Amino acid sequence: MSGPDAVHLLRQMLRVRRLEEKCVELYSAAKIRGFLHVYIGEEAVAAGVLSVLGPEDAVVATYREHGHALLRGVSAGAILAEMYGNVEGCCRGRGGSMHLFDAATRFYGGNAIVAGGLPLAVGLALADKLAGRPRVTACFFGEGAVAEGEFHESMNLAALWQLPVLFCCENNLYAMGTALGRSESQTDIALKAAGYEMAAWAVDGMDVLAVEDTARRAVDAVRAGGGPHFLELRTYRFRAHSMFDPERYRDKAEVARWQERDPITLLRTSLAASGRLTDADWEQLQADADAEIAAGVAFAEAGTPEPVADLERFVYSEAGAAGDSDGGASGDSKGSGSRP
Amino acid sequence: MKSSYREALRAGIREALQRDSRVFLMGEDVGAYGGSFAVSLGLLEEFGPERIRDTPLSESGFVGAGIGAALGGMRPIVEIMTVNFSLLALDQLMNNAASLLHMSGGQFHVPLVVRMTTGAGRQLGAQHSHSLEGWYAHIPGLRILAPATLEDARGMLWTALDDPDPVLIFEHGSLYNVQGELADDAGAVDITTAAVRRPGTDITLITYGGTLPLTLEAADLLAGDGIDAEVLDLRTLRPLDEATILAAVRRTRRAVVVDEGWRSGSISAEICARLGEQLFYELDAPVARVCSAEVPIPYSKHLELAALPSAERVVAAARGAVGARG
Repeated sequence: MSGPDAVHLLRQMLRVRRLEEKCVELYSAAKIRGFLHVYIGEEAVAAGVLSVLGPEDAVVATYREHGHALLRGVSAGAILAEMYGNVEGCCRGRGGSMHLFDAATRFYGGNAIVAGGLPLAVGLALADKLAGRPRVTACFFGEGAVAEGEFHESMNLAALWQLPVLFCCENNLYAMGTALGRSESQTDIALKAAGYEMAAWAVDGMDVLAVEDTARRAVDAVRAGGGPHFLELRTYRFRAHSMFDPERYRDKAEVARWQERDPITLLRTSLAASGRLTDADWEQLQADADAEIAAGVAFAEAGTPEPVADLERFVYSEAGAAGDSDGGASGDSKGSGSRP
Repeated sequence: MKSSYREALRAGIREALQRDSRVFLMGEDVGAYGGSFAVSLGLLEEFGPERIRDTPLSESGFVGAGIGAALGGMRPIVEIMTVNFSLLALDQLMNNAASLLHMSGGQFHVPLVVRMTTGAGRQLGAQHSHSLEGWYAHIPGLRILAPATLEDARGMLWTALDDPDPVLIFEHGSLYNVQGELADDAGAVDITTAAVRRPGTDITLITYGGTLPLTLEAADLLAGDGIDAEVLDLRTLRPLDEATILAAVRRTRRAVVVDEGWRSGSISAEICARLGEQLFYELDAPVARVCSAEVPIPYSKHLELAALPSAERVVAAARGAVGARG
């Protein structure tokens, strides 16, 4: 078939959904602690954008990044073991839910300071430009980041220096509990980005095919030397901000309205209606995702805590470290994730 | 050859740019203006705008971009105009540069060098005069350097660039015009140890950076009183070279810490605490301190001078410690 592999995109979204449903369950069972922010409802964004990147590209994400890590190629086991705080985790249990990193897949976190990842993305792209490498850095952040100074500094730098960055604003309408209209004088985020002389497109973030198509065009343009591009992906978080959020700031009817546009249901229904997805196919997709996550849980459950004697490791590099963390460019960095 | 501290810094930057194509310099007015303190004067003409990169006034943005470029395989030198402005980049320095290696379980090294001007003495008032290197020395994951001599101004940079972790270099503004002899073959220097700048047996004067000259002057004055003072230059504020500090004070049994930072919660407090923890029974006198007055640094000359450490204050503190001979 021509165009994107829609069934693959459905599979990717479902893998993320199942992983995070399991995370919530494990959090309730006190297997996972700390803050846990799930992406349920927003899966079309990560699935659509990440499907058009290559292994040489880089990804910078936020503290709501389990899905991005999984789709980038970090295994469910490494992600869950990280949340369990075990040494088999992708960061040896030192990062946790909010700080997933993986050098092998050029996954640069896992940033829990809102907008703090944007300057990193600018720098990664600057390194590529200076080295003459045709790579793209995709940087995900929420619309709450738009209020931060680092957002504006990064937009300006990327546009001024024509750097190969794809900015992906996951506009889920709430910065924790603060609605967009209560925090921004101009709520059209793509318009703000356009003010930096950057191509900026707003996309229906619940329609994974639209996300994939737009992201593909944007990534192609960035890679071809067209400078930074900006996507405002209009989406919605179905669950609470974190496990501590009583959701006093939005009404249930609004959530229910958005749930009618669940990106997984939308695509599944459309594929079924056009005869491209049978009930058996759907059952198989679910079984595959469930099996993958179950294997991940088993891996995490079998994990081991890092010895306390190692507590002070990784504050400074250990002898012999060359300092190159650029997973795509040098062979000396080894992450714990593996591509599917 | 004759060199100024400024020229020694420039020679170090030039050498790094020549030796390693991954190195570039980035900051406010480093290029067309020639550097706000003229450190990078002429480098734009020599190396071009890609590698001598002027930035907009966006400290958090370009420091973060330096971190990202370091992650991406480059060896950036980021210049921040003064330490007070670095506070706008504190998020990037603390939450990213200092934390990424640990948060990522050892995967992501940040081989970044940040240079900035620090210190008072030039009537620049409360937003251009502070000494916050001791603050930065509080942060695990950073290496904090304070070159006080021409050799260190010339040689610390290359070693810092070779380090796989983030290094912050603090250049005291009063040192840029210091002139002296620098060996023709001056080059990379060690960045892990403290150095005895003047040997002595009666007391150890511990200092770094901009207060090294006045501390050496105090040692000369003390010699006139028959007090033989040793001067120890910390050079690296984090990680502290504790072995050298303890060995020196173990020999002289007395110490004065001279630090242009404020005394409360400071690097001088840290050194006093370590001496107390580890040498309590070997000390012949309480460890004394000469620090800046706890005020935002004022503009007017007489008030600024009154706020800062001076050779006279160091002499008085040292005499007090020696007078406490038991």
